[in-house]
Amino acid sequence: MSSRLVLKAAIGFYIALFFLYLFGPLVVMGVTAVNTPNYPQAYPFEGFTLHWFSALMGDNELVEGIKNSLIIGALVVAITVPIGLAGAIVMTQVYWRARSLYYLIVVSPVLTPGVILGISTVIFWKDLTTLTGLKTLYDGIFLATIGQATFISAYCMLVFLSRLQRFDRAQEEAALDLGASNSQVFFHILLPFLKPAILSAAVLAFLSSFENYNTTTFAILANKTLTTVLAGRVRQGTTPAISALAVIIILTTLAGAILYEVLKRREDRVKAKRAQIAAEEERGGLMVIEAAE
Amino acid sequence: MTSTVGRMLIVLLPFLVIAVFWATAVMERRIAGHPGQRGFFERNGIAISIYLLAAIGIWILLMIVLPQLYMVDYSFHPKLPAAQRGGEKDVYTLENYRYFIFGSTVRTDQFNTLHLRAFFLTIGASIFITILNFAICYPIAYYMAQVAGPARLRVLLLLLIIPYWVNEILRAFALVIIFGTSGLINTALLNLGAVSNPIDFLGHDIALYTGLSYAYLLIMVFPLFNAIESLDKNQIEAARDLGAPWWHIHLFVVMPFAKPGIASGCTLVFMLTAGALAAPLILGGPKSLWFTPIVYDRFYQAFNWNQGSAYAFVLLLACIAFVLLVLKLFKVSLGEIAR
Repeated sequence: MSSRLVLKAAIGFYIALFFLYLFGPLVVMGVTAVNTPNYPQAYPFEGFTLHWFSALMGDNELVEGIKNSLIIGALVVAITVPIGLAGAIVMTQVYWRARSLYYLIVVSPVLTPGVILGISTVIFWKDLTTLTGLKTLYDGIFLATIGQATFISAYCMLVFLSRLQRFDRAQEEAALDLGASNSQVFFHILLPFLKPAILSAAVLAFLSSFENYNTTTFAILANKTLTTVLAGRVRQGTTPAISALAVIIILTTLAGAILYEVLKRREDRVKAKRAQIAAEEERGGLMVIEAAE
Repeated sequence: MTSTVGRMLIVLLPFLVIAVFWATAVMERRIAGHPGQRGFFERNGIAISIYLLAAIGIWILLMIVLPQLYMVDYSFHPKLPAAQRGGEKDVYTLENYRYFIFGSTVRTDQFNTLHLRAFFLTIGASIFITILNFAICYPIAYYMAQVAGPARLRVLLLLLIIPYWVNEILRAFALVIIFGTSGLINTALLNLGAVSNPIDFLGHDIALYTGLSYAYLLIMVFPLFNAIESLDKNQIEAARDLGAPWWHIHLFVVMPFAKPGIASGCTLVFMLTAGALAAPLILGGPKSLWFTPIVYDRFYQAFNWNQGSAYAFVLLLACIAFVLLVLKLFKVSLGEIAR
């Protein structure tokens, strides 16, 4: 009995330690954002101030970075959700001999370091835009969007694939038999079925884009995003203003992350409920058969 | 002249592969003659078919395959001014790789120790951090998946999701505050009188390795948790009833079952660590070696994109080698680890 208690205490201690490691640095950073000294200092705590937050307001470079990050995020969502959807649908239909090659290619961006995606995007589009005379496309915002979309599309595809696995092809067949056109089936059956996945893919895409640094820093050229401004500031020197900014970013991202989780949870709950109803119906059906006998 | 031909071949290659598959598919259908099976266009309708083909065409060709092939091609060319590109001097060469190994584009008498050391150190340290993160995360993932009740599990998951989305730059910055010369640890140690001079955590790479492990900790937890969660509790019970000691249960029951999750977590952590840019830039001391900042400098300090491409390709090859190694070691397929 006592050895069990010791084991339980040890597990509890380990979990506490793990979360301390996870949250400790973030909490320390949060404390430095409201402490008065000029250097980010958590201990000793010399006095509470919101000065570092107000110092951020007049920061033009930062505001521009945030603006660009938002633009890129919106563009990435607009590109990756349709591409991810197409990628997932094609995955279910692709010629079987080509399937493993197709899978390898579309999943490879997830397993490729972000810096390499950024580099290859810049090199390729520099020559492509020169050759085709579309020099205006050789622009930081456009390249960062394309570079990020390369792997974020794969994230979206994986979200859609997991939902498509539960799609009942019979629904499609039934609609076609009843005279629906292919595009009617697509818009009235497939898309409504995928709606929750579209929403969570969009949030996932935006969050991934907003916090991306590795791909962006290569592809952004002369422009700036929030993460590249941030990285520059942190390298220049550490001031509590960065802590304050960090607190704001973490809180904003958290709002997005929680939204994403709520969407996912809700879908999971609907799924569980459906499974339960189906199981009950089956049982009910059996009872009817038994009663008939 | 040859380089133009080379570039054209690269552009044609993916189309060739598509054409071959298309032709086999058509032939196979003719021979087998499935009368009930509809073709791609029939099945999706013209409008939807065009959308599907355009979307994956842009993605696969313009975003994935061609840029990668182009980068590889680029790495085998010398750096030239724009006017001379495609001209006589634009030949295939190994000089960028020669520079990586020997520190010179022509000589081969001494090694480029700085870059080679950075490369092998990056790979070695990434493997070490991957194993470390697995060791840290496995107990947590196991506890959440098999031991914790549903109410506690919900709380733990929420606690994990909150820091999951914190940007890696901010994570690195948080560790600077803790490890810096006038950071939290040093202030505390100095005040306690434990040390008389601040310890240089940044210079000794302690901050860097902690930061890398810290940044990608949760990337390991979730795949492990998902894999262990689907293990039937009865299997563990059965092993315990049969008298297996606890470490036997983990080594021979849980881990073999969770193999895809372990492989997935390890691959992602390795790739992210080896390709990390923010943490080495922020947490590295003046003498720290990491490979990605060197790649970055090839591009935006030395402005030698061809050399930078060669360096990037070397890094990519290392990552591919690691993925293949993991697939082989764990005997899992790519489909099982990428979810």
